[in-house]
Amino acid sequence: MSAATVYGCGAAVLVGLGLFGLIVDSQPLRKILAFNLIGGGVFLLFGAVARRGAAVGFGGDPVPQALVITGLVVAFAATALAMALLLRLVGITGQAGSRSDG
Amino acid sequence: MLAIVLPVAAALLSLALGGRHAERIALGLMPAGLAVALAIGATVWRTHHVLQYFVGDWAPPLGVAFRADGLSAAMMIAAAVLVCGIGLFARSQFSTPRSAEARTPLVFWTLLPAVWGALNAVFVGGDLFNLYVALELLTFAAVPLVSLDGRAETIAAALRYLLFALLGSILYLLGAVLLYGGYGTLDIVLLSDRIHAGPVAAAAVSLMTAGLLAKAALFPFHLWLPPAHAGAPAPASALLSGLVVKAPFFLVVRLWFDVMTRLPEPAAAQVLGALGAAAIIFGSVLALRQARLKLLIAYSTVAQIGYLFLMFPLAINPATGHPWGNTAWTGGVLQAISHAFAKAAMFMAAGLIAEAVGHDRIAGLSGLGRALPITVFAFALGGLSLMGLPPSGGFVAKAMLLTAAVAEGQWWWAVVVLVGGLLAGGYVFLVLARALADASEPVPPLATISTGRQAIPVALALCAVLLGFVPLRPSELLQIGRPDLAIGGLR
Repeated sequence: MSAATVYGCGAAVLVGLGLFGLIVDSQPLRKILAFNLIGGGVFLLFGAVARRGAAVGFGGDPVPQALVITGLVVAFAATALAMALLLRLVGITGQAGSRSDG
Repeated sequence: MLAIVLPVAAALLSLALGGRHAERIALGLMPAGLAVALAIGATVWRTHHVLQYFVGDWAPPLGVAFRADGLSAAMMIAAAVLVCGIGLFARSQFSTPRSAEARTPLVFWTLLPAVWGALNAVFVGGDLFNLYVALELLTFAAVPLVSLDGRAETIAAALRYLLFALLGSILYLLGAVLLYGGYGTLDIVLLSDRIHAGPVAAAAVSLMTAGLLAKAALFPFHLWLPPAHAGAPAPASALLSGLVVKAPFFLVVRLWFDVMTRLPEPAAAQVLGALGAAAIIFGSVLALRQARLKLLIAYSTVAQIGYLFLMFPLAINPATGHPWGNTAWTGGVLQAISHAFAKAAMFMAAGLIAEAVGHDRIAGLSGLGRALPITVFAFALGGLSLMGLPPSGGFVAKAMLLTAAVAEGQWWWAVVVLVGGLLAGGYVFLVLARALADASEPVPPLATISTGRQAIPVALALCAVLLGFVPLRPSELLQIGRPDLAIGGLR
């Protein structure tokens, strides 16, 4: 089992956990955290892909690394936007749980 | 490409200059953006070739490509016309006060060009990761539009929309990684050469499709759409319902017809069609049961998105080059464009009605036909296209889907199209009958609406009707850059 495979399996576990949390949890904050967990899994997978590309003989495939940086920025912006909306919602209603969604 | 750079630059400039300049910049951008879209359309049409642009002259696989084929040109022109209409319509609602900076207009006029730029980026993107970034830009620009008025329920709707959209985009990204890991490229053209059937392609394309469906609000992912689209102010709803949900649909088309060119998946396409059919039936029935006009229109969007996905089972056939597949394909794209115009017109009309009578309960609209005849006319014209009555773009689109379904012997889709049309007739008629009824005591209009503002939804609805005069056959423009579908069908 190579390092890339281990990382790939780890990524799969992270994505699975995050997906479960995103679907099952009803708290918006937990949903946002679960989204970040999936994001972490996907970025780990990018790393595994870069490593596997390196098996061809290069020192490492640089493209996935560039993609990960962009992805991190996007995920960070998404989290910030979601947190801003959530904070405003809590500020208005005084409660974090959204009523009817599951 | 200029089509992306212009709106993005305008959005940034609005933010930097702030307040009172944002509206002027956005309005000044509109003719320029429309001209660029028309120029791209004309070039593609004249040369009959895909317009390509490599960023920094680096060709793929090293660089990133933008490609405008007939489909992207058509979508870009439709988006440009619609954005111009929405901008003109929004002028009075979001006019910037002379004295102080107001937050809502600033946000609206900054996000309008941002949405436009993101849409154009989706339409011309030639690289799956670039498309992911464009899709995220679109989400980030669209979500705040939902909660412009800052009430608790619209913020909750925006948050729910954002969570669905984030789930969708992260699944899309996961699929993109798998494709890169499997085939070493994300460029659509290169990928379509290298991709071959196997677990990697199947898993990646399923993940990406599922993610995009969540963004396109196809049944059963439609839960976020009605509160978000009904809660937004009228110009924002028109933008969201008309254009923003079409971008993920466009990407599904790209994925299934451009990336998967050589891997037809008829069974999976049937699943997509079944989800579309369920969306048509559920959306229409729920629309019939709504008591508020804007919610009715939002549920009708859920139903009309279902039609878009009927094109997949009809256009994807194991025997490549089924002569009718192309008809269904054109019908699906035409449905996307004509629904954009019709739905924008209907949301604007609903906004004007709500402004005039102070509420949008359908039961309280009696006698409205006398008070606001032009607005009700616009609503009816939009409804014409939704029902699929001739002459309208919706009619041509649905007729193409119907003929393809019958000719291919997949009659069950034809039944769905017909039932959906009847149900749409039901909910449009529900509103019109109420509005045209002679009330004993007509509604006292709270505010008078100028004719100029009423004319804009009429103009957009007329665009939807005019699309009904395109010839009933596979369109040549949409065909450009698309060698895989056999020419044939209705002649």
